[in-house]
Amino acid sequence: MNRQVSHIGIAALVLLSALIVGTTYWQTWANAGLASRQDNDIRLVAQFSIKRGKIYASDGRTLLATNVTKKVGGQTLYFRRYPSGPLFSDVVGYSTQTRNRTGLEQSYNDYLTGSNANLDTVFRSALDKLRGATVTGNDLILTIRAGAQSLARRLLRGKCGAVVALEPSTGRILVMATNPAYNPNLIEKHFKEATRSNAPCGAPLLNRATAGKYAPGSTFKMVTASAALDTGRFTPSSPFYDPGYCIEYGKQVRNAGNPEAPETFGNLTLSTGFEHSVNSVFCNVGKTLGAGTVLDYAKRFGLYSLPPIETPESERVASGLYDHGRLFDPKHPDTQVDPGRLAFGQERLQVTPLQMAMIAATIANHGATMRPTLIDRVISPDGKTITHLHPDQLGRAIKRQTADELTQMMELVVQGGTGTAAQIPGVRVAGKTGTAETGRGNFNTTWFAAFAPANAPRVAIAVVVENQNGGFGGTVSAPIAKQVMEALLR
Amino acid sequence: MTEIYRLNPNDAFRQGIWIVVALALFSAALFLLRYDYRRLETFKYLFGITAIALLVLPVLPVLGLTVNGARLWVHFGSLRFQPGELAKIMLIVFLAGYMREKREVLAQGRPKDWGPLLVIWVLAMLVLLETRDLGGGLLYFGIFLAMLYVATARIGYVAAGLGLFLVGAIGVWRITPHVRDRVTIWLHPWTDHKVYCPISGHLDLRQNCQSFQLVKSLYSIGHGEYAGTGLGKGTFANVSGKQIIPDLNTDFIYSALAQELGLIGAAALLLVYMIFVLRGMRIALLAQDGFSKLAAAGLTFGFALQTFIIVGGILRLIPLTGITLPFVSYGGSSVVANFLVLAGLLLISNRANREALR
Repeated sequence: MNRQVSHIGIAALVLLSALIVGTTYWQTWANAGLASRQDNDIRLVAQFSIKRGKIYASDGRTLLATNVTKKVGGQTLYFRRYPSGPLFSDVVGYSTQTRNRTGLEQSYNDYLTGSNANLDTVFRSALDKLRGATVTGNDLILTIRAGAQSLARRLLRGKCGAVVALEPSTGRILVMATNPAYNPNLIEKHFKEATRSNAPCGAPLLNRATAGKYAPGSTFKMVTASAALDTGRFTPSSPFYDPGYCIEYGKQVRNAGNPEAPETFGNLTLSTGFEHSVNSVFCNVGKTLGAGTVLDYAKRFGLYSLPPIETPESERVASGLYDHGRLFDPKHPDTQVDPGRLAFGQERLQVTPLQMAMIAATIANHGATMRPTLIDRVISPDGKTITHLHPDQLGRAIKRQTADELTQMMELVVQGGTGTAAQIPGVRVAGKTGTAETGRGNFNTTWFAAFAPANAPRVAIAVVVENQNGGFGGTVSAPIAKQVMEALLR
Repeated sequence: MTEIYRLNPNDAFRQGIWIVVALALFSAALFLLRYDYRRLETFKYLFGITAIALLVLPVLPVLGLTVNGARLWVHFGSLRFQPGELAKIMLIVFLAGYMREKREVLAQGRPKDWGPLLVIWVLAMLVLLETRDLGGGLLYFGIFLAMLYVATARIGYVAAGLGLFLVGAIGVWRITPHVRDRVTIWLHPWTDHKVYCPISGHLDLRQNCQSFQLVKSLYSIGHGEYAGTGLGKGTFANVSGKQIIPDLNTDFIYSALAQELGLIGAAALLLVYMIFVLRGMRIALLAQDGFSKLAAAGLTFGFALQTFIIVGGILRLIPLTGITLPFVSYGGSSVVANFLVLAGLLLISNRANREALR
């Protein structure tokens, strides 16, 4: 009988060991999966018992995100409040109970909750947990200037579009404003109201600056001209003849109607063609260089890759040719892409405002692209700087000489070409207009990309406005760019 | 006890009273049976019948009380009692007595000797089916097989028993929607699409409906990680202050413990249970007579199996069936029963030691 007793004893121990194994599984191996479940209330409470770090604009004082406390079941919970409302919603995003986080609230969640891998933070958070004290997250200080941001939003009122401004030498994003935007304070309890648009277009939750895709129109000529000069095939004074159209595949492609320029220019140079945005000139440049070369230069400027800023990947898109809604990187560009239309920014090109600002900033920075960034520094609750911005060069798009020649051509645009509305007294402004037909009546997407001062650039900007009836880049977007640049240079 | 206090101070106070009652009964049992508990063997049929009677009690109209779909409680005024816990011990005493007497003949497998055993057995099973106490059924069946194996040394019986259990389980699965539900919850607690929710009658994700309790309990366990949140620091209420897991301090106390004590604490608790099992089996080995051996082994195995059924259910090792976790859960009958198990083991141990000294 004793043998049998031992046997069932062993069976009983095996059963209990299985429980230890099971507990281990759930507490270690499967824990990450459980923690990421949407309906995990415990994680939610744990998250809300952390005092999230605050978010400030570049002055370190203007508060963009803070907390309100609420006592629930003996625990102090912290809920987010956004004092600036819709002004920064596309950048900062939101952190609520019932919905996924967005914006920097999502991508910088680790820093904001004090769970980043930084040694100082790990030590402090662990100590807080052991003492039973409230875990406090790190504060973020953004690169965005609150004043200019608010001006840009004001200028966009009643329109749909975006303004992005960069500091060319460091990649700091000084303005990233979109309209329509949403009020993050309403997301939790009044989602319908929060997503109601106050502009003639929908989707206020979309960050148009980083995820809005627009046909670039003539602003793309900055890229085509870069390719023309950088390859050595053309100089600013290369001669062209403009009959008012260019011939592609045996058919005439007419120049876009521009109120400030004659229909046909006759004899002119590349520089003059750029100044007055003459499509036939760039059509011919495109045909000479080939679509492959133009696309190659587009890639050097950062198209076809996600701009590496700190917001979540899902809130950014890459610029480039789009085919049936998907990024299209042609294997045989010289047969698959129309080089003439590509050269003046039509074809199937789609560019985000951020990408356009990066192109302007690259030219301003003598051909080198700086990594664009939204975060100036991260500060621990006791005031120590945990990380701060190290300007980082992503790569060189064009030669220094090319950039300088292009700068001169862009200055001419503002001095006497299509972009005169962007003139700032006492400041040399370099810019390029763009007006892309939407194919719907007289409605255009209007662009302006610029930087200033041209001799020592401190700000580069891109402005896009959607669906302007009879509007042009030079008349709709250039004045907005001018005012924002003025505010930033002040 | 600390954990119950933490989760519900009122319950802790009542649990305190129950522990005093249990200790009194524990002492009484030790005192009354101090010379020779083996005379209990004489009353084995009485025990068997009482056990059945106790199991039937909750089904009776006036006394019975249904909680969470299982009719397991008896109430006298405000006093609630779960007679199944006591019935378990009585059944073990009956089985020990009967098997001791008939072990040789049982091993030969004559139908005549199986009679009373099967009668009691089938009655118990019917009652369990009627009260929908699946965990209890599994527990009694396991104890029965283990004791039968100790008594007859025939592994064939165990195999046959398990086979019968499988057949029975499939049969029950096919005829009772309640059981089918439990199995579905066990296999697929999470759904990505909304499915019919019998609780609300609407379409809903299963984790928000039938498997709500299981899923929330897993979240609680997972949240404990290695070291746990610390006693008194666990999270059991959601952002709006509502308790997350229903029945936390009875059937689901393990998930509360695992959150607050972490893997280290939960494993320590299970190791203590293992030590208890080792000691119990040692007592069974040392005992000199068959009745003592069978009773000790049955009580100990029952203890381990009960732990496995509830914790295994919580950990999704097996389908979840609600029974209490020995010595930890809130519940008067459970405490009393567990102390009586302890008393039984002590008596057997005491006698074994005395005989060994002689």
